[in-house]
Amino acid sequence: MKASNIEMNNRPVVVPKKKFTFKFSTLLAHVGLIIASAIMVFPFLWTISSSLKDISQIFIVPPEFIPKPFVWSNYPASLQAMPFGLAYWNSFYITILVVGFQLFTGSMAAYAFAKIRFPGSNLLFVLFLATMMIPKQVTMIPTFMIMDYIGWLDTHLPLIVPGALFNAFAVFLLRQFIMGIPNELEEAAVMDGASPIRIYWSVILPLIKPALAAVGIFIFMGSWNNFLEPLIYLTTPELYTVPLLLNYFKGLYVTDWALMMAGSTISIIPVLIIYIVAQKQIIEGVALTGIKG
Amino acid sequence: MRKNNTFWGYFFLTPQLIGLLAFSLIPLGFALVLSFMQWDGFGEKTFVGLGNFIGQFKSPVFWKALWNTTLYTILTIPIGVTISLMLALALNKIKGKELYRVFFFMPVVTSSVSIGVIWMWILNGDFGILNQFLASIGIQGPHWLTDTKWVMVSIAMLSIWWQVGYNMVIFLAGLQGVSNSYYEAAEIDGASKFQKFRHITLPLISPTTFFVSIMSIIGSFQVFDQAFVMTSGGPAKASYTLVYHVYQTGFQNFKWGESSAVAMILFVIILIFTLIQFRVSKRWVHYEG
Repeated sequence: MKASNIEMNNRPVVVPKKKFTFKFSTLLAHVGLIIASAIMVFPFLWTISSSLKDISQIFIVPPEFIPKPFVWSNYPASLQAMPFGLAYWNSFYITILVVGFQLFTGSMAAYAFAKIRFPGSNLLFVLFLATMMIPKQVTMIPTFMIMDYIGWLDTHLPLIVPGALFNAFAVFLLRQFIMGIPNELEEAAVMDGASPIRIYWSVILPLIKPALAAVGIFIFMGSWNNFLEPLIYLTTPELYTVPLLLNYFKGLYVTDWALMMAGSTISIIPVLIIYIVAQKQIIEGVALTGIKG
Repeated sequence: MRKNNTFWGYFFLTPQLIGLLAFSLIPLGFALVLSFMQWDGFGEKTFVGLGNFIGQFKSPVFWKALWNTTLYTILTIPIGVTISLMLALALNKIKGKELYRVFFFMPVVTSSVSIGVIWMWILNGDFGILNQFLASIGIQGPHWLTDTKWVMVSIAMLSIWWQVGYNMVIFLAGLQGVSNSYYEAAEIDGASKFQKFRHITLPLISPTTFFVSIMSIIGSFQVFDQAFVMTSGGPAKASYTLVYHVYQTGFQNFKWGESSAVAMILFVIILIFTLIQFRVSKRWVHYEG
């Protein structure tokens, strides 16, 4: 709203009529967007506000947005009740391994599909595409039994290995990008006697960095926020990921809203900080995967 | 050279090929076999033919779960897609687009569990901020999450809030693809803003609209996290969804055969929507080409 006011004041005095109606609709759009933005952001602010209240302040009617006084004790209490630090480490290293390995194996497969002609490639690619239609709940039960059979239950391996080795969506997207690389570049490398490994590593990978970033962000969000798989595989609280630990925490303290909101804040703040720092890359990465998909 | 290519092709493909077999194709086959079996995970597997499917079709709990999931889809998709399209249109050529985008996309990066816990507090019947706000304008708000009539509406409402930014970003990308020359031509002909929207924007982004709608429908049939975290499927199974039914039947009651059968039914539903997406998008490409 403020931005458009300043803009109006700076405009020349003589304004064509058509231009003015256009500006009015812009103003209307800004009003609508500001209200919508407030609805989007308010739940986060309310969470933080509630986390800084004690039990008597939190039930005040009508509610007060700014805590009086600020109560910080919910944070040490949450951290003491639940090993959030450990959960962060678990989520972090699982996600990094999944993203790293998936970008590696996924780009390798994408390179094979995009640039190498070999018998069976079309059939296999169709097979990859077809698996995208299978909801994970279908393969979840047998996969759980396989994990049980090889003794991986209550470890992080079922959360890492499948994600590291198989992601049809990532393969598909990366293939689209690699197809866009002109063959001449590769042919020049072949002339110089480069092996396919060298071409993949020194020609293809550097050229698809933006695509790797976009796909990486996508996999990161999926793995970090995953709930169903950790829920079925993990039983020891020390192994819990952040979403699973917050769910456990909720089960124990569901009536202590101030404490719950402190726990929720702990679970979202680091993610939101990363998001705000890298928002341009994240949003544009998502848009890119959306278009190509 | 040809032989060499075969080697290198499979060389690069091997890791993902192992993944495809181990975590997709073999489990899919196993799930299909299991859906015709009765098995508690320990004893003997017995072949029951279509028994698990017939059992589900006769079970009121299955129909309840299917209805709840369908209701969730009906509540979220039309409203969610419309709001995200409207936001994208409002943002498309406006100053401060980047800043607004940051706000709208914020819930998307947050986990379903955090979102669930936050909204449990907002929607709390007695002390939640939403009902306090409604009371201040003279409306007595319902007990959102503990009222069988409102619980699915509540979950739909917060899910729209959660996902609207994602769809908006996809729409914005779609709108970037609409060439300005169409609008310029229409302006010369004296078209109004609404006419331009109705006859240029809407038809040209219809592939995006369709893509967003189908992907959202597929996602909405897999709704689980919010219901599990916020209401445990209750009250009185009013927020018990299909995936919840898969989870409950298998991972809680250890009826793996029946659980697989429900998962297969879910697969078929999703398959139908995916095939519609393929069919229609092919026609679109043909139409435009």
